[in-house]
Amino acid sequence: MDLFDILLSASFWAATIRIASPLIFATLGELICERAGVLNLGIEGIMVAGAFAGWVAVLNGLPLWGGVAVAMAVGMALGAVHSVLSVPFGLSQHVVGVGLTLLASALTFYTYRVMLPEVSSPPKIAAFQPYEVPLLSDLPFFGQALFSQTPLTYAAFVLAGLVALVLYRTPLGLAVRAAGESPAAVAAQGLSVTAIRMGAVIVGSGFMAVGGAFLTMSAFDSFFFEMVNGRGWICIALVVFGAWKPGKALLGALLFAAFDALQIRLQQTPMGALVPYQVFLMLPYALSILALVVMSRRAEVPAALMVPFNKGER
Amino acid sequence: MVEPATPETVLRLTGITKRFGAVTANDAVSFALQKGEVIALLGENGAGKTTLMNILFGQYTADEGTVEIFGRQMPPGHPRAALDAGVGMVHQHFTLAGNLTVWENIVLGAQPLGALSLNASAARDKVRALAARFHLKVDPDARVGRLTVGERQRVEILKALYRDARILILDEPTAVLTPQETDALFATLREAIGLGLSIVFISHKLHEVMAISDRVLVLRHGRLVAERATAQTTRHELAALMVGAEVTVPEVAQASPGAPLLSLRRVSTPDSGTAPGLQAVTMTLCAGQITGLAGVSGNGQAALSDLVSGLIAPTSGEMDLAGAPVRGWSPRTALAQGVARIPEDRHKTGTIADFDLTENAILESYASRFSRRGWMDWSGARRFAERLIATYDVRCPGPDIRVRLLSGGNMQKLILGRVLESGARIILANQPVRGLDIGAVSYVHGRLTAARDAGAAVLLISEDLDEITRLSDVIHVISEGRLSPPFARGTMQPQELGIWMSGQRFDEAGHAA
Amino acid sequence: MRLEPIANPGLARTTLPPALALLATFGVAAVLALVAGGNPALVFGEIVKGAVGSKFALLETLNRATPLIFTGLAVSVAFRAKLWNIGAEAQLYAGAVVTAVLGTGALPWAAPALLPVLALAAICAGALVLLVPALLKTRFGVDEVVTTLLFNFIFLLFVSYLLDGPLKDPMGMGWPKSARLVAEARLPRIVDGLRLHWGFALALICAAAVWVIDTRTTLGFEMRAVGQNAEAARFAGIPVTAVILKTALLSGGLAALAGYSEVAGLKGALTLDLSPGFGYTGIVVAMLAMLHPLGVIVAALFVAAIFVGADAMSRNIGVPTYIADIMLATALLLMVLAILLTRFRVRRD
Repeated sequence: MDLFDILLSASFWAATIRIASPLIFATLGELICERAGVLNLGIEGIMVAGAFAGWVAVLNGLPLWGGVAVAMAVGMALGAVHSVLSVPFGLSQHVVGVGLTLLASALTFYTYRVMLPEVSSPPKIAAFQPYEVPLLSDLPFFGQALFSQTPLTYAAFVLAGLVALVLYRTPLGLAVRAAGESPAAVAAQGLSVTAIRMGAVIVGSGFMAVGGAFLTMSAFDSFFFEMVNGRGWICIALVVFGAWKPGKALLGALLFAAFDALQIRLQQTPMGALVPYQVFLMLPYALSILALVVMSRRAEVPAALMVPFNKGER
Repeated sequence: MVEPATPETVLRLTGITKRFGAVTANDAVSFALQKGEVIALLGENGAGKTTLMNILFGQYTADEGTVEIFGRQMPPGHPRAALDAGVGMVHQHFTLAGNLTVWENIVLGAQPLGALSLNASAARDKVRALAARFHLKVDPDARVGRLTVGERQRVEILKALYRDARILILDEPTAVLTPQETDALFATLREAIGLGLSIVFISHKLHEVMAISDRVLVLRHGRLVAERATAQTTRHELAALMVGAEVTVPEVAQASPGAPLLSLRRVSTPDSGTAPGLQAVTMTLCAGQITGLAGVSGNGQAALSDLVSGLIAPTSGEMDLAGAPVRGWSPRTALAQGVARIPEDRHKTGTIADFDLTENAILESYASRFSRRGWMDWSGARRFAERLIATYDVRCPGPDIRVRLLSGGNMQKLILGRVLESGARIILANQPVRGLDIGAVSYVHGRLTAARDAGAAVLLISEDLDEITRLSDVIHVISEGRLSPPFARGTMQPQELGIWMSGQRFDEAGHAA
Repeated sequence: MRLEPIANPGLARTTLPPALALLATFGVAAVLALVAGGNPALVFGEIVKGAVGSKFALLETLNRATPLIFTGLAVSVAFRAKLWNIGAEAQLYAGAVVTAVLGTGALPWAAPALLPVLALAAICAGALVLLVPALLKTRFGVDEVVTTLLFNFIFLLFVSYLLDGPLKDPMGMGWPKSARLVAEARLPRIVDGLRLHWGFALALICAAAVWVIDTRTTLGFEMRAVGQNAEAARFAGIPVTAVILKTALLSGGLAALAGYSEVAGLKGALTLDLSPGFGYTGIVVAMLAMLHPLGVIVAALFVAAIFVGADAMSRNIGVPTYIADIMLATALLLMVLAILLTRFRVRRD
């Protein structure tokens, strides 16, 4: 199988969309935070916690969508911790984010060990199954590539549209964008910068957790410690790559997922036998760095990103 | 429409007191604003004007006192309450998001956050209608970041009008305008008064206060010390009331210019964001002379300041220091060649807030004077800082305290000392007295004039035209990165400088050429 | 609410918030212990006993603290200059790889010559690894947090490749492990019979050296100035870019020494599990130390004690060892808040 065969196979595109889904959720979550002016480096830990929370909720009898809701709630709770420290107290968003990632991961692993003390391999759940969209899934090629995905994947794409709509077409979205651009302008209009930023971080963190839950509830059907494996950091790169715009971020996630799907398939080609598998695994991370380098000069960074706002201060 | 005969009180502040720690920013301030009236709130920097407005706006909660708007008492600490009651504020430091469009900035916060749509087209139409009615020309779809300072102020005013403000508060609105733009602003304000609005005009510029207001309230050290009907007072009286003593503006003696120390010939620098770079600028700084740079802010002052500071180098043209072309231009070479700099922003650029006085005193000279082979000479540094503190009257507990805790005036004296003690031949003073009280202002001006008399070439950049005309021996006007020819002291009227500042004369010169 | 700087914070102001932060950390841990069915008093007792309760335990703690002092110093040097180096993990492995490559017989020298050369080589490798993100930051304005994080993953995969191929121990029976270091490349024990190698002493020396650099040298002054306010530093003629790059070299080199000391001192070979996240824990150490180099020693000992103690406690009474990670992450978050509260007062407008 050579490169063209891979690119022309519907299964490759289906995989691309599947791999992109968790990244879309988490990237949108990070984008919301950053648009309001807060860099959320807790993303990696929040995804770990979301992956575990959704899975363990289903394991304990909740329906799948109930698991998604639990993951979202856990993400929002962690986001609340981040937002209290980073917004009203204005603590370093780098330190708070890294600290939250450590905390969320450690809490997750601890809970896992407490709940499942003696298991060697984690139990499985009945994960989301692909939903064949009526009529559309019968289309040749596209049907299999686009319309035989799990409901959570469709939700990711709907969410991207929704986030764009709210950001650009509603007063709330305008306030969020302004909070990341000029908090003083927001405060002067009698709106609370603190509330807007905290809200954005909490909601954004909820989406990150759903991104994590996608891994245990849709992509796989179980929880492993190394499951998230830097996806959160990649999403931060994707936000930059997407120039802080939901549509472009979605495209970035798809492009990135396509490369990931490609490298998995290339490992199985004759070329894959010549090149160490680690090189393929490095590609996503290297690609993220490349994306950052290429885009960082052009993108319009929210002007107040990482700048705490202290009322009355000039 | 006929105004009602009995005056109607639209705004009443009663006994407002606000303390910050040991400092009393407002001390039992009371006043009332009538419908259709303009009152001027006059006071020095630090007199408590901004704090008072922040309380009126609910950004701060007063320790004592009440705010009544149209007869309704405002709940303390609710910024929305004042806005909803019909008060609009035009801030001195514009509160606009540069990345958003004009209409987005205007509708921000004007609709409930839960609303499902922004109603963009209705908003645009309303903005256009208001702009036409108040002669505030501005394109609703333009990005605010691309607008001139004057246009941004119009957006600020439109923001207030969009929310149907009946009371307008303008905080130092003319600080960034040309004399002509100021006239246009006053025309707009008179329009607004005609439509029944009431205005509080905050300023420390006496002639403007005299021109626009009906009544003047003077604030000093947080207290309301005087109230005058504008028609029955004079600029001189107001100045004395503001400062609490008779004001004597020291006459600056004639200079005796010497050799050229720094000369620019057709120097250009790149644009930086929305700030224009220099365009083929030619100027000479001579020993024993103060050269003033007049202009509306954002017209290339930053580029010239950065160039002289060493932060940027010319992209074309020639730059000579004492007759020799500069090479490897950087802040460090600038300092080494005797260029001392007072930066525009003493908090962000001039000092490091969490460093102590000693560390800040040696910030520019640690490498050349207070280190040996990579090791710091801290005892020498401390002695130097102690000398600066004594010589330049920096009021502080000692050289070990963090600069963050100094007042603006004392911070500026520290920077001034650092600059003058370096033995510089060329001194760049960018907004050297912005935000200082009158005592500190005359101290800084006196020191700069003394440095001139001792033979230094001084480049003074200021948005305050009065300051420029009073101190400068030679004036250049800057507009969109272009520099006017030099005008000797006393040869230009402010109105004529204003025409240069607006860029009109440059265009004429361009056509003639 | 509003934060108001305090001009002259008293003793209570400077000590109470950090003390409360530590107390709250232990409170959180107590609750978690209860959740896991452990008696908090017993859990804490076992942690203390496991960390310092015997000569063996104490030495284990000192050994565990050694790499943490290095990574803690690396992070505090970088953070002081606002260079957000989250990549100490990669730099640690860079030092470890170089030590393993050169220490397995490539250089046929006696120990007094070989050990310093290995250390220098490790420093250079770690410095280079951080130099790349630092250059991306200074040249292209790419945020170094994300790049250093991503480099951690890339570098670990690189180590995995090395241990699969070029560096694989032929006698390793398939384990991803390098050949053992030659005897001349091993850091000797400080005292015969005590399981504590010279890496620990080197860590203490490095902490003292960083402290001297910070307080006595122009480079230290420049690094602090750039970290506090890069704009003012640039204006004052401090070569900001050069200072950031020098900081990166110093920070990367310090982190690499952790790898050197683990391979040459403790393990004697390069493995894929050489570091259980020492690079990330270095951030906690540095923050708990308020970025002070001598404080790093204390913080590293404290963190190491919690880890070693939690391991022992977990073996004895079964409360998962991750309770240590939770305690440290909680301590980190609460401590940065506490430090803020020592300098600012919270005001309701």
